[in-house]
This record gives sequence, structure tokens and C-alpha cells, in this order.
Amino acid sequence: MAGWPLAAPADDAPGNPWFSWRYVHDNADTLLSALQFHAGLTARAVIVALIVALPLAVVAYWIRSLTGPILALSGILYTIPSLALLALVAPLVGTTTDTSVLIALVLYALLVLVRNALAGLTQVPAEVREAAAGMGYGRFGRLWHIELPLALPAVVTGLRLATVSTVALVTVGSLIGKGGLGDLILGGFRNNFYRAEIVTGAVLTVALALVLDLILAGLGWLLTPWLRRRGA
Amino acid sequence: MNYFREGIVWLNDPLNWTNPGGLLDRLQEHLSISFWAVLLGCAVGWPIGIWLGHRGRGGAVVVTVANLTLAIPILAMLTILPLTPLGFGKPPVVVALAVFAVPPLLANAFTGLRSIDPETREAARGMGLSGGQLLRQVELPLAVPYLAAGLRTAAVQVVATAALAAFVNGGGLGEIISAGFGIGMSNGGGGQIVAGGLVVAALALIVEGLLAVVQRLVTPKPLRAVRRPRTTEVVPAG
Repeated sequence: MAGWPLAAPADDAPGNPWFSWRYVHDNADTLLSALQFHAGLTARAVIVALIVALPLAVVAYWIRSLTGPILALSGILYTIPSLALLALVAPLVGTTTDTSVLIALVLYALLVLVRNALAGLTQVPAEVREAAAGMGYGRFGRLWHIELPLALPAVVTGLRLATVSTVALVTVGSLIGKGGLGDLILGGFRNNFYRAEIVTGAVLTVALALVLDLILAGLGWLLTPWLRRRGA
Repeated sequence: MNYFREGIVWLNDPLNWTNPGGLLDRLQEHLSISFWAVLLGCAVGWPIGIWLGHRGRGGAVVVTVANLTLAIPILAMLTILPLTPLGFGKPPVVVALAVFAVPPLLANAFTGLRSIDPETREAARGMGLSGGQLLRQVELPLAVPYLAAGLRTAAVQVVATAALAAFVNGGGLGEIISAGFGIGMSNGGGGQIVAGGLVVAALALIVEGLLAVVQRLVTPKPLRAVRRPRTTEVVPAG
């Protein structure tokens, strides 16, 4: 990473600066691999959560009597603190793999995704559903061609919320050394309160969240051309 | 389910509850940290939310604040704040938790005041109420269910997040879990980890349940069934 400015700015003074380019430069490899791990774990968690959440939302949408229980169950999972989830999952799955962190993250992202997808599906106007039925769409055809596309903006909103909060939550995994950038934050704290390491880890975490949020927002924009024409 | 059984065994040992640094000590720490954090969050979030709602502007600010705090890892706040003039010990932990309690309190207070029927406001004005009287006699009573909803969300979140204070030796029930990881799985730490996880989870669910009852009690009967003022997305608890 030769791209970093080598001339040391004033904040590289001896002592314990809040930020130091020299730290970033010297530890570029560590930072990059932590960032990669963090982004990868976030992506896996959100994708798995989406794969579980969408069918759940559809079931809750089709079978009204299941709406309450599904939302209540994911609400309870959501109320359980992340650390507790990790503590309950890790001994079963193993404390040395990131699978336990992944499971905790998935359980956590579920509620936001299910709730938003369900909200999007229930917002489909009754006339639209009837028109689709009149055009000869079956239950699955209607879902695939009409209801899911119309629910897409709400799903994307849920996806953005889930992604941003998952990025922040991955840091909890540093309890077992699987926290990505969180490992840097906690490592800096334990390493005699090395401020530059803590702040770099924190800044990268927030930056990753914002970048992923922007990417998903752009993706939502691309996927819903009909909203653009209306000027919404 | 082996570790689960070990966790129950751990919980059944009275010494694990009464030892110095045992469950009871940690529970008391946990609750006092959470209490001060929620109090601080209310002291900041409510006045601003009520003021913005009363004036009817600043909605964009409320949304931005809520979204921004979503992206900040609590671990960063917990590690950075002790290095500021706040110093080590309880104050930085309380402040860090309060930062995450503010958005739900602020947003719900704002929504509560904004969701009042404009005609109600006009009627109050027509009766000759001043701005302050309108706020105290009309807007605040009508917003109470929303304030309670915000309090519930914030409190549950703080109680859940307070477990992470253990990362920086800030005390609380999280210490039980992190001590368990410190002992190591092979040395019988598994039971303690599971036990800590169970207690923290139970506490969060109990607080959620209790405050749900409180929220119901302060919500006037006609408003109960029709709308549930859980308007703001809950920010995940660290």
C-alpha cells in the first residue's frame, strides 16, 4: 500500500495520538484482512437471513393466523442481547469458528427483514391483487410477478437497516476473536489503550456500514425503475 | 444440550450467586448502569424530541440521528470514551449506553407530538391556550403512550447492550460470560457461558415484559387496540 502519504503529519507525534497515518501504513495488511473478514461475515449473515426471512414473510402473508406467531418469535429473538445469543450458540457450535457469530447475526437480522418484507407485501393494494387474479395469475405467479416486485422497496429498506446494524454487530464477535474490525478495536484497548488502533477500527466499521448502505440503496434504485419514472 | 445442562447446574450453585463478583453483584451493577444510562438518555432525548415535535420541524434531523447511531458499534464507544476526560469506571459506560438510548426516546417523543390531530391543536388554540399551555395540557398528555413506547425500546436496548460493558471491564452481567470464555471450554467454562447467556437473555425479556405492561397502563383505553405506538425501528442492541 504505497498510496498512503509517507510524510508524517503533526498528529504522528510521540505519545498516543487519536489517529496516525503511520499506524495505518504499517498495518495495512492487518487492516485489509480485518476489513475483508468483516465485510464477508456481514454479507454471509445478511444473505442467509434474507433467504430465511423472505419465505417466512410470505408464509406470514399467506396464512394470516401465522403472522402473529412469526413476528412474535422473531421479536423475542431480537430482544435477546447479542452477547447472550453468542454465549448460548458458541459452546454448541464451537468457540473457535466464526459460525457461532454468523448464527447470532442471522438471528438478529431476521426480525428487521421479516417485518419489512411483510409490511411491503401487505401494502400491495387489494385492487392490484384482484386485477392479477383476473389476469389468470395463480398464487405463486402473483407473488413472483406482482407482489414481490411491489414489496421490493420495503425489502430493500429492511435489507439496508439489517446490513448497517449487522456491520456494527460483527464487532461483538471480538469476544471470541472473530469480530473483524472489532478485534482491532478491542485489541487496541487491551494493547495499552492504543488510540490509533481503536479509532482506525471504529472509523473503518462506520465507513463500511455507510458504503454498504449506499451500494444497497443504489441496487434498490436500479431494481425499481418504475418508481423513478414517477419521480418518487 | 450438554453445555445447557452444565449451565443449569452452574445456576443451581448458590455460591455462584452470592460470591463477590457473583450473579447478584453483577446483576446489581448491570441494573444501576442501565438505570443511569436510561435516565441520561431521557434527559437528553425527551426535551429535544418534545421541543422539535412541538415546533413541528426537525424530522429529518431525528431520522438522521437515528440512522447514524445505527452504524456506530457500541464497542467503539465503550473503548473510546474511557480514553477521554470522562476517565475509566462507570461514567464512560453509562454515557456510551445513553448514546444508543437517545434515538428511540427522541424519535418516539417527536412522533408522539407530531401525530396529534391538527384539529385538536387548533381547538386548544381557539380556547385561548398559549404555546406552553398547549404543550403541557394537550400535547404532552396525548404523547404519553409514545413516550412510554420509546422508554420501553430504549430500556430494553440499554439492558441488552450493558452486557457488552464487560469487554472493557465495565462490570455488569456480561462479566459472567466473558469470565466463562476466559476459563475456557475445556475447563468447564462452557456452563458458565451458557448460564450468563441465559441470565442476560432472561433479564432483557423480563424488562421488555414489565415495560410492555407499563406502556399499556399509561395508554388510555381507546388508544390501546387501534394503534400501537411502536413507530420507530428498534436499533439493534449492540
